[in-house]
Amino acid sequence: TLLQENSIYTHNANKNYLHSNAGIKQEQLIKILSFLFYIFRHDDLKEMLDSNKDSLKLEAMKRIVAMIARGKNASDLFPAVVKNVACKNIEVKKLVYVYLVRYAEEQQDLALLSISTFQRGLKDPNQLIRASALRVLSSIRVTIIVPIMMLAIKEAASDMSPYVRKTAAHAIPKLHSLDPEQKDQLIEVIEKLLADKTTLVAGSVVMAFEEVCPDRIDLIHKNYRKLCNLLIDVEEWGQVVIINMLTRYARTQFLNPNINVSITHMRKAEAATLAKRKPYVMDPDHRLLLRNTKPLLQSRNAAVVMAVAQLYFHLAPKAEVGIIAKALGMFEPYLKSFYIRSTDPTQIKILKLEVLTNLANETNISTILREFQTYIKSMDKDFVAASIQAIGRCATNIGEVRDTCLNGLVQLLSNRDELVVAESVVVIKKLLQMQPEQHSDIIKHMAKLIDNIQVPMARASILWLIGEYCEHVPKIAPDVLRNMAKTFTNEEDIVKLQIINLAAKLYLTNSKQTKLLTQYVLNLAKYDQNYDIRDRARFIRQLIVPTDKSGALSKYAKKLFLALKPAPVLQSTFKDRDHFQLGSLSHLLNAKAAGYQELPDWPESAPDPSVRNVEVKDSVCARRTVLTGPEGSMLFNMILLAHLTESDSGSGSESASASDESGSGSESEESREETESEDEEEDEEKEKKRKKRLDKTKAKKPAEESTIAPSGSIKMYELLHRITGEGLAVEYCFSRQPFSPDPNMVAVQIQFTNNTNSETKNLHIEEPRLQSGMRIREFTEIGLQPCESVTVVMGIDFCDSTQAANFQLCTHTRKFFVSIQPPVGELMTPVFLTENDFKKEQGKLMGMNEISEKLMLGEKCVNEHVIVERVTATANLSRVPCGSEKECRFAGKTVSSGCLVLVTVPTKEGGGAQLTVNCEKMLIGTLLVKDIMQALSQ
Amino acid sequence: MIHSLFLVNASGDIFLEKHWKSVVSRSVCDYFFEALERATEPENVPPVIPTPHHYLINVLRHRIYFVAVIQSEVPPLFVIEFLHRVVDTFQDYFGVCTEAAIKDNVVVVYELLEEMLDNGFPLATESNILKELIKPPTILRTVVNTITGSTNVGEQLPTGQLSVVPWRRTGVKYTNNEAYFDVIEEIDAIIDKSGSTITAEIQGVIDACVKLTGMPDLTLSFMNPRLLDDVSFHPCVRFKRWEAERILSFIPPDGNFRLLSYHVSSQNLVAIPVYVKHNISFREGSSQGRFELTLGPKQTMGKAVESVLVSSQLPRGVLNANLNPSQGTYTFDPVTKLLSWDVGKINPQKLPSLKGSMSLQAGASKPDENPTINIQFKIQQLAISGLKVNRLDMYGEKYKPFKGIKYMTKAGKFQVRT
Repeated sequence: TLLQENSIYTHNANKNYLHSNAGIKQEQLIKILSFLFYIFRHDDLKEMLDSNKDSLKLEAMKRIVAMIARGKNASDLFPAVVKNVACKNIEVKKLVYVYLVRYAEEQQDLALLSISTFQRGLKDPNQLIRASALRVLSSIRVTIIVPIMMLAIKEAASDMSPYVRKTAAHAIPKLHSLDPEQKDQLIEVIEKLLADKTTLVAGSVVMAFEEVCPDRIDLIHKNYRKLCNLLIDVEEWGQVVIINMLTRYARTQFLNPNINVSITHMRKAEAATLAKRKPYVMDPDHRLLLRNTKPLLQSRNAAVVMAVAQLYFHLAPKAEVGIIAKALGMFEPYLKSFYIRSTDPTQIKILKLEVLTNLANETNISTILREFQTYIKSMDKDFVAASIQAIGRCATNIGEVRDTCLNGLVQLLSNRDELVVAESVVVIKKLLQMQPEQHSDIIKHMAKLIDNIQVPMARASILWLIGEYCEHVPKIAPDVLRNMAKTFTNEEDIVKLQIINLAAKLYLTNSKQTKLLTQYVLNLAKYDQNYDIRDRARFIRQLIVPTDKSGALSKYAKKLFLALKPAPVLQSTFKDRDHFQLGSLSHLLNAKAAGYQELPDWPESAPDPSVRNVEVKDSVCARRTVLTGPEGSMLFNMILLAHLTESDSGSGSESASASDESGSGSESEESREETESEDEEEDEEKEKKRKKRLDKTKAKKPAEESTIAPSGSIKMYELLHRITGEGLAVEYCFSRQPFSPDPNMVAVQIQFTNNTNSETKNLHIEEPRLQSGMRIREFTEIGLQPCESVTVVMGIDFCDSTQAANFQLCTHTRKFFVSIQPPVGELMTPVFLTENDFKKEQGKLMGMNEISEKLMLGEKCVNEHVIVERVTATANLSRVPCGSEKECRFAGKTVSSGCLVLVTVPTKEGGGAQLTVNCEKMLIGTLLVKDIMQALSQ
Repeated sequence: MIHSLFLVNASGDIFLEKHWKSVVSRSVCDYFFEALERATEPENVPPVIPTPHHYLINVLRHRIYFVAVIQSEVPPLFVIEFLHRVVDTFQDYFGVCTEAAIKDNVVVVYELLEEMLDNGFPLATESNILKELIKPPTILRTVVNTITGSTNVGEQLPTGQLSVVPWRRTGVKYTNNEAYFDVIEEIDAIIDKSGSTITAEIQGVIDACVKLTGMPDLTLSFMNPRLLDDVSFHPCVRFKRWEAERILSFIPPDGNFRLLSYHVSSQNLVAIPVYVKHNISFREGSSQGRFELTLGPKQTMGKAVESVLVSSQLPRGVLNANLNPSQGTYTFDPVTKLLSWDVGKINPQKLPSLKGSMSLQAGASKPDENPTINIQFKIQQLAISGLKVNRLDMYGEKYKPFKGIKYMTKAGKFQVRT
């Protein structure tokens, strides 16, 4: 057997040996294999990248990018990939760029191999290739190439293409983070780009400004107005950045618009010194910012809306902050929008609750409390706890409902959820500490509840309250202790601890009645199973029951137990964050995030506002935008007034005005021509001239001015929107002037505005497509400097029809199809007839040529004057004198064929009227009746 | 601004990462996973999570968390809006935005992300510019690409980015020119126990699908534009003209886009198209509860109420529900306690009802929560606010487009408290 055993042993040993041997081999094999795998890993990919087939290269690059996307390391492929940086295939090239940007930092030496490709790209005639070369070059985080980057950025910043300049702006913060020492040079580039007038660049350069030199507020001065005016056309992301930056800017440059409001909160002495100051007048630039950001409240992008809201919050006069309320829904009328649904995410619920609590006041509190009551029954316990806190805050803020809230909260003590109970107790404690005189009632009530409430936490909380305020309920407290002593052994541990607490407090205040009870409780506790309770009992006995051995502390027992405890603070978790800029990350977190820019306080006195003035060269551009603005329509008013005086005198009721008429007519002509040449003039001079002319016209017809509504009198029509026209905006109006080269043509005054920053050349008309008979007299070819507006006059013979004249508007680069369709009223020109002539001519145009309609005059057509104004605004007619006051007559002839057009409007009592048009051309008559009817019944 | 982006699926795996500045280790997401674990519901993850060196801002869409890593101050809404734009773009490109779709198109996704941000600042987010840069995958194109080895990247460099109409590419051509507008209104309402409306408001949108050749300039006018309150526009809408004339004048983007979203406030009276009669009660000491629910139409302007779906989260104490629907089918999940009843169409002659009993845990006291009832429904050919499009005109192009307007009303967050 020994032998046998031995052989078995050797056999086993052999086996073991074999085993271990195989184990070692396997391990080694794995090592070798994995090493080989490591070496040949991605070998197939490398092969594919080296092939000369684009499809293989592409497939390899796709797999590599997929690896990067999954977070797998593909850095060992760098040499194979970088070779393909100059690949002709665009997609391969793009993916190589993706790879390069990702790994360049790790493989700096190899990355440098690719730089020359990008340098070549920077000189490419195609702007998109230049831009993309700069994008990738600036994304390669390799310090050696900093000088190359700097050069590239500088060059790109003065590139012809705004897209390349935008890319340059993006590259600035990249270079700054790579090498902060370049800051000064980069600021120069930022300064240059800030002066850029295109919307494409604005957002990106402000972004660069914010990252590199947010404190260089002086760079903004000269660009402030431009940025305000461009804002609406900047892309949404840029808008957010610009608005945030301008908010900070405004806080350093303008005065607090609410200065007068805050006086009331100040001490008298301070107020007196303030009152001596000049009354507050808002800087027009401050107003400009508020006005230009307001439309952005309608943006689809919540970040933009929020940016505008915070701007108004931080910068607007208190009275105007209301406008953001609609977009934000922050105030009382929107209370119900904040009612909570059971499906809202918890954080939304908590926020809504916060808003509701802040909106609560005497008038709506009952509604809000009713709403809160449903919340308490929610299944989301965190939310229930928050609701209870909210009720507590309402109760502390609004005295009238304190009792109601307290009663409601007391009922919640019977809730089965401990969280609810605990929260209620905390809130009740707070409320009780605020109103000591009413303590006893509620504590009595709570004492009664202890028989029914089973939740240990609630029982413990009530016992704590009774102990704390035992002096307010001297009769009940010992009785509660007596009852609790009976059930002591069956209570939960936390309740037991509070029974001991209660006993101790009573012993200290009312030892006569409770001495024995306390000792009984302490004795029970001494033999309790739980050592915490035994411990507590021993500790308390030493402290409160005076013995010879008891230490110095027992003297202070009462102070220790019955010290006034601070009330738990019921304040919003959203408090104390108002020093952060609204809507910022720091505001949300209530902690200063890295890179947070402090919102400065308003200055005491306003810094010099003239720093924002720009030189004359730019003012032309500024005026263009002002033209469309509500208050910048001086120039327009000028044209209008000139025009009005003319048409007015033409229709004057006294025939004596005929001589006057020619005078004012020529005057208006002259003023219009001046407007055209005005562009080159100095701003101030213009202003003076305008005023002078305004005075003149005013002097002539002072009474009429107020009753004339300029809006309907000369209407500008859009021929080419500046967006469609890629920067070229074209508007036209019917000037109602005779077109001197051809009296059968209607004069159309066209205003071109070049909103781009490059010159528009060879502006002319091509390929008119016209109805038969129609003719066009083109204007002579013109060119437009950047930001220039020019007005020209062309003539169109519409053949007395309202058919549109279609033609192409051509610049040196583009062609735009446009069309001008005349309202029927512009197809005629006034003729001057006496009353008799009018009657005679009217007699000849009866029957089919007479169109008559009854109408009710609109509310505003109160007198003859308004009727005259409305009719002459609709159609280019002149007034014919008339004996009757109840009748207005007008006469004109069609421009092309000279047919007479006679209009009679007799008015009746009560706003009724009869409109009659006599004209040989029935179509013109019908259309004219329709238009005049509409004008008069408005 | 935005440093990196991580895409996390429902089971907590990072399945895509992209960095716009230097690489941030994916271990930063551990803070996110912690928050995810703490949240009771997937949507309860806080949108902004601060970590020692970074801030994580996330949105949850299509059961994917898009987690952006931020290093310094930036308005959180800026990032959230951007992330939503990313999701919208994916949806636009792949039809759906699921983990599978993103994984299948990982290269396109990567190329898109590369174009959408430069150094963490948004560069091209307009769908039409992106589509010129990177062609969306179609089945045909995928097949062709595999055979010929051609690419998804645009052969021509885009012009849109440079045009003054950044939302529209140039040179659009269609053989059939059509413009469709869907007016979709959602009613958000809370109805109280007694059936009276506590709050109701309408959230409306006008979604457009415009396939028009060239550079059309459209004007859309309403019969009753004053109804619209708190409007927000696609950037193409000319704000001045809306202010002055209450008409929408715009050069539309090519394809699908949201022209306008609006709000009809709770100040106006909102018609509530359905009513619910309910009796959900538990008795103390009994292990049974009663459940009765009847739905009926109300203020539907004569239109049918369709695709009705009722759901309710029953209290935790409910073990099972034994109910009998008069129409449709119902399910009760004993784990999540979610009851849902697919009703279908409401027939005013025979009102749908769901009645029966619920069994409760024996011996447990009656639940003190009241379940709320969520209702979904659809009403075709009706905009409940009464909004009506007056006309749509096209300028700037010569052809006659085919135009269509569709109205629809849906339940938004429509809750009935019991």
